[in-house]
Amino acid sequence: MGRKLDPTRKEKRGPGRKARKQRGAEVELARFLPPGRVGANRRFASRSRAAKRRLGAGSGPAGRRPLGGGGGREPTGQTARGRPGFSDGNSKWLAPAKAKKTQPKGNHVELSSDGEVEEGSWEMEEEEDGSSEEMVDDYGASSSEEEELLPIEKAALKQKSDRERLSEDDSEEEEEEEEAEEASEQKMGQKGEEGLDLQLNLDIDEQFKLPTKPLCEFLAVDDSLTVFPPAEPPDLHVIHQRIQGNMEVLQDFVVKREEGRSRQEYLALLRRDMAAYYSYSDFLLTKLMDIFPLPELINFLEANEVPRPVTIRTNTLKTRRRDLAQALINRGVNLDPLGKWSKTGLVIYDSTVPIGATPEYLAGHYMLQGASSLLPVMALAPQENERILDMCCAPGGKTSYIAQLMKNTGMILANDSSAERLRSVVGNLHRLGVTNAVVSNCDGRQFPKVLGGFDRVLLDAPCSGTGVISKDPAVKTNKDEKDILRCAHLQKELILSAIDSVNAASETGGYIVYCTCSIMVEENEWVVDYALKKRNVRLVATGLDFGKEGFTRFKDRHFHPSLKSTRRFYPHTHNMDGFFIAKLKKFSNAIPQAQKDEEPAAEAAAPSTVPNTVMEPPPKKKKLEGSKADKEQKLPQPALKKKRSLQAQRRPLKA
Amino acid sequence: QLLVDRPDGTYCFRLHRDRVYYLSEKLLKLAASVPRESLVAPGTCFGKFTKSQKFRLSVTALDFLAPYAKYKVWVKPGSEQSFLYGNHVLKSGLGRITENTAQYQGVVVYSMADIPLGFGVAAKSTQECRKVDPLAIVVFHQADVGEYVRNEDTLT
Repeated sequence: MGRKLDPTRKEKRGPGRKARKQRGAEVELARFLPPGRVGANRRFASRSRAAKRRLGAGSGPAGRRPLGGGGGREPTGQTARGRPGFSDGNSKWLAPAKAKKTQPKGNHVELSSDGEVEEGSWEMEEEEDGSSEEMVDDYGASSSEEEELLPIEKAALKQKSDRERLSEDDSEEEEEEEEAEEASEQKMGQKGEEGLDLQLNLDIDEQFKLPTKPLCEFLAVDDSLTVFPPAEPPDLHVIHQRIQGNMEVLQDFVVKREEGRSRQEYLALLRRDMAAYYSYSDFLLTKLMDIFPLPELINFLEANEVPRPVTIRTNTLKTRRRDLAQALINRGVNLDPLGKWSKTGLVIYDSTVPIGATPEYLAGHYMLQGASSLLPVMALAPQENERILDMCCAPGGKTSYIAQLMKNTGMILANDSSAERLRSVVGNLHRLGVTNAVVSNCDGRQFPKVLGGFDRVLLDAPCSGTGVISKDPAVKTNKDEKDILRCAHLQKELILSAIDSVNAASETGGYIVYCTCSIMVEENEWVVDYALKKRNVRLVATGLDFGKEGFTRFKDRHFHPSLKSTRRFYPHTHNMDGFFIAKLKKFSNAIPQAQKDEEPAAEAAAPSTVPNTVMEPPPKKKKLEGSKADKEQKLPQPALKKKRSLQAQRRPLKA
Repeated sequence: QLLVDRPDGTYCFRLHRDRVYYLSEKLLKLAASVPRESLVAPGTCFGKFTKSQKFRLSVTALDFLAPYAKYKVWVKPGSEQSFLYGNHVLKSGLGRITENTAQYQGVVVYSMADIPLGFGVAAKSTQECRKVDPLAIVVFHQADVGEYVRNEDTLT
């Protein structure tokens, strides 16, 4: 706090160099000195109290004085009460003239002295505590105690509480160590750490030190051990501080590292702490640490704790965004347009009525939808009079957006493999007035077999959901390696089916949009890379000008360089659910031959297994090889697959 | 009839598992290729045949029928919520009603802002509506848009 010139409270200036200089400080401090037992608002109360005091009220008793940078100017608790006449250590340089002047003001002297005392050292406190009998002693009053807690004060208290907390720390390490037997050993190691932890909490500038070696070994090992119930609940505050300290070290590792400790140890400790603080499984945290650099990781984890804002999409089949916004505002909803990139989105800040039940909602004027779900449809850019397939459509938000962009022309096949979720699709489509949709309940992998020849396909693949942790915190702990790989496998099959269902020769289309609400590289870039290798597709720009580009290499895998055109969205950077979008264009209906050895296998598969693909080579396309006769597809439009495609598809299915 | 011959192509009604759907012929062709077990909803569902083969109109047909409605009932803002919960409309909630509505005539219920809310059956003819006391039911509730939220499952 800077000095504030308060003209109404000018002090008389007496002779003496110090008087002139130090007076101001005294005066200011005097303002903040607590009077008698007046509680309430500390800072302002202290000022008023100081004012009262000056008017002759009782002076505040001695109290602890915070010291240190900036502490002197701040409102403080009681000063250590010096005896009148400044018999404390400050008397050496305190001008006695002050005493004379301020005597008539009553206790101001004491206040000044107190003020001076504040700038003394800590040790004064102890000494002055004892001498506070003369004054009204509100030392015990809560307000004054709280006033005391200024920075240095707090640090001092912290020191004490650290000593207490060390035992907490120890137990915390213990419980994270989980082995009861090792508790005793740990305790010994922990005693050694006391000094380290103390330092950690006290001196922010000091180096972050890892716990001592024995403990650290336990730390490193504990991933595989089972967790025993903790002796004491972990102190989140301490963990948080440790995380921050650890991050600082890791940022500037060369400088701040402790001798003899490897980066791995720091990382392991950080992982454990974050897992405890944010409740993630260790597996997921390891994956996240690979994807994000450390400071971003903290932002990501924090963003996942907070829900994303509610967004709605105007149904342009029935209303306009302006009219809808007006109607909703009349009902008492606080909203805003979503952003420049969307003409139909609105974000809801708060509302007096339930958004999911207004008459406008029931009339189908809008749909509750996440902002990130608007993006894949914008990337897909469906045109009127096209045939579109939405392979995993539930609950129907994207499907209805496609329909509204097509203005109910053309045809949409909305498919989902889950019958219960299809109910919501039907409900939503009916409510929003979508007429060009047929809803079906097939497994997505059957697709080109059931019906092919679409102009565009949208595949919102079922995924691990790591991008929507803020909606479903259970994902933090219940996903592991197997889940991710299983999802990835399914997604690979689905994307191949999707690609095969598109007619590359369509004049307006030939596009596939693959999207997931996950941020895992295994489910995103890997799957797209797989598709690039297996089919005649290439990546094209999504048409979304914001969002982070996808990875072209990740750890030890290198992906096709065109993966730069895919887009990733994160909760902490874009304030929408984590998402990944890739837009592929099929440039040929032919299925590339895989490897030589697979050909004979493919040919050996009997034609009888082939259901209904037609081998009509459109004039522009290259024929791969001699086709076998197939049954004609039901639809007039030529199917796109050669037999091999089915067999190629069979392969992943069998796999 | 008006619904069948529309300017943008012929539409038709199709029966699928006791429900009547309304879809264009192009859509029909597509829907035909989907295996019947997997087909959930071709086009828009208009209504269903009950077990005793009575036809029950469903709210999902609202958008199509509303423009053709000959008899309309407007409901005051205060009781539109009540109608959306499935209650009948009382005289006190009645805003306007088209002239010459016969008794037991099917009507389309609108809100004051001309948003269609659902279907109903006039409990009293227009003349009688004027005479009757404020708490009498004037429109029987048949279907309303609140069902999208209430009965999502049964809409299939």
